[in-house]
Amino acid sequence: MSTATTPRPLTDLLSIEDLDAEQVTAILDTAERLAEIAARPIKKVPTLRGRTVCNLFMEDSTRTRISFDIAAKRLSADVINFSAKGSSVSKGESLKDTALTLKALGVDAVVVRSSSSGAPVQLKRYLDVPILNAGDGWHQHPTQALLDLYTMRTHLGDLAGRQVGIVGDVLHSRVARSEVQALQLMGAEVVLVAPPTLLPPRIDSWGVRVAHDVDEILPHLDVLYLLRVQRERMHRAFVPSMREYARTWGIDSSRLARLKPEAIVMHPGPMNRGIEISGDVADSDRAVITEQVANGTAVRMACLYLLLAGAAASAENDDDRDPAPAPAAASDQARDGAEVEQ
Amino acid sequence: MTQLLSDADVARILRRIAHELIEANKGAENLVLLGIQTRGVPLAHRLATVIGEIEGVEVPAGAVDVTLHRDDLAKRGALPLGRTDIPVDVDGRVVVLVDDVLFTGRTVRAAMEAVLEVGRPSAIRLAVLVDRGHRELPVRADHVGKNLPTARADRISVRVAEVDGEDAVVAENGGNGQAPDVHSEAGSGQGADTGEEGA
Repeated sequence: MSTATTPRPLTDLLSIEDLDAEQVTAILDTAERLAEIAARPIKKVPTLRGRTVCNLFMEDSTRTRISFDIAAKRLSADVINFSAKGSSVSKGESLKDTALTLKALGVDAVVVRSSSSGAPVQLKRYLDVPILNAGDGWHQHPTQALLDLYTMRTHLGDLAGRQVGIVGDVLHSRVARSEVQALQLMGAEVVLVAPPTLLPPRIDSWGVRVAHDVDEILPHLDVLYLLRVQRERMHRAFVPSMREYARTWGIDSSRLARLKPEAIVMHPGPMNRGIEISGDVADSDRAVITEQVANGTAVRMACLYLLLAGAAASAENDDDRDPAPAPAAASDQARDGAEVEQ
Repeated sequence: MTQLLSDADVARILRRIAHELIEANKGAENLVLLGIQTRGVPLAHRLATVIGEIEGVEVPAGAVDVTLHRDDLAKRGALPLGRTDIPVDVDGRVVVLVDDVLFTGRTVRAAMEAVLEVGRPSAIRLAVLVDRGHRELPVRADHVGKNLPTARADRISVRVAEVDGEDAVVAENGGNGQAPDVHSEAGSGQGADTGEEGA
């Protein structure tokens, strides 16, 4: 059990920017405990019984939605899937109406995926329940960054001073934004490797090193993190051709051989095999891509647990059986109650 | 602050409970000892060692964290999770839950639920170092180190060497600001932290 000081309680998960290192560590520690449930014959605990989580997905997503779905169900929450795609109303209004509907239905938390950056923050204006950002535009994808940290921590331990190379389409990547902030929070050193056309304009404000030669960087890395080439967002000619991209930036087995023997290869999925990663690298034992997916469930369970387990604490007038209701520092006393006995 | 049990008392109690468990179970075969986080865990491991020495067998011991099964989580907020470590398949085995203090019984209920989720033991038994009364659920311990009748608002603090650096059971100030009369059933104080068990 952690003896560290109590982290600030989470109220939402909108952006990695809102978190401090202690909170991130608390999420990862919680996920580590919850991961054990996946190994059981009955993969379910009653913790969030009676809570309703709404998955509001306004953009296509398979693994993130399923992962949140499984995470909520393993904690016994009720899940409703609300697809708000293809509305003719302008996005702002439709989001507001959707939020008001969800409010009227009495959901306890909303997991939101949107192609518009800032949609989760906007949702928060209309809904006073915890909001979890499952990816918004080019902005943030916090649970992806957290599950990646979790995966890295499993393999490398403490991330302070570790070298993480993020290779690929940084410009269109909300994963890259969240990833860089999360890694910096944990003291890792990040180097971005990308063609200049696929780097965001004010990249110098990110506080990371930028390189353009993959082969030169590889031997220094503890983690090689490959971003998906977002072909659906490539309206303009960011790269000459996919074949050219694979040759210059893609990781195949000869590039894999340049990594340190203990370095790991990660990818947020879905992969373009043969473009940013070759099939044999994706299937090699250095790639931890399926682990990332499995860890995603544990990390999302941790986020839901931390955001929702006490959600009724202030809202509900519970039937208190304490002869001596805890006064001020309720959470400290609760912790005592859990640790001291009984 | 009054010391109710010394480290020597605790050691003697654990030896006695170890013998009781062996007797009740007709040997140590098939036993698995699961300590309830936090202080039940070292006690379970110590009991397993003592039983192992007496019977000449290895007795598996592990840990159960009840946080996810507490009935008061909504009230308490998201508490930090402890490790659940069940070292063997519990199916068909006798699971002995071990805790430091038995109070309202809610923690034990939660622990039973947690164990039953991972398998179907042939039986679940309960061994506690201290039973201080004030049950809120129909729970009774099979093996009790010491019965300490207390006031509801009293605080009984069990210290174990692995966590607190020493073995001892002490009574801290009750709600009335005085050391509790451990022989009095009648509760007096209100308004202090009772070490309330919730689960």
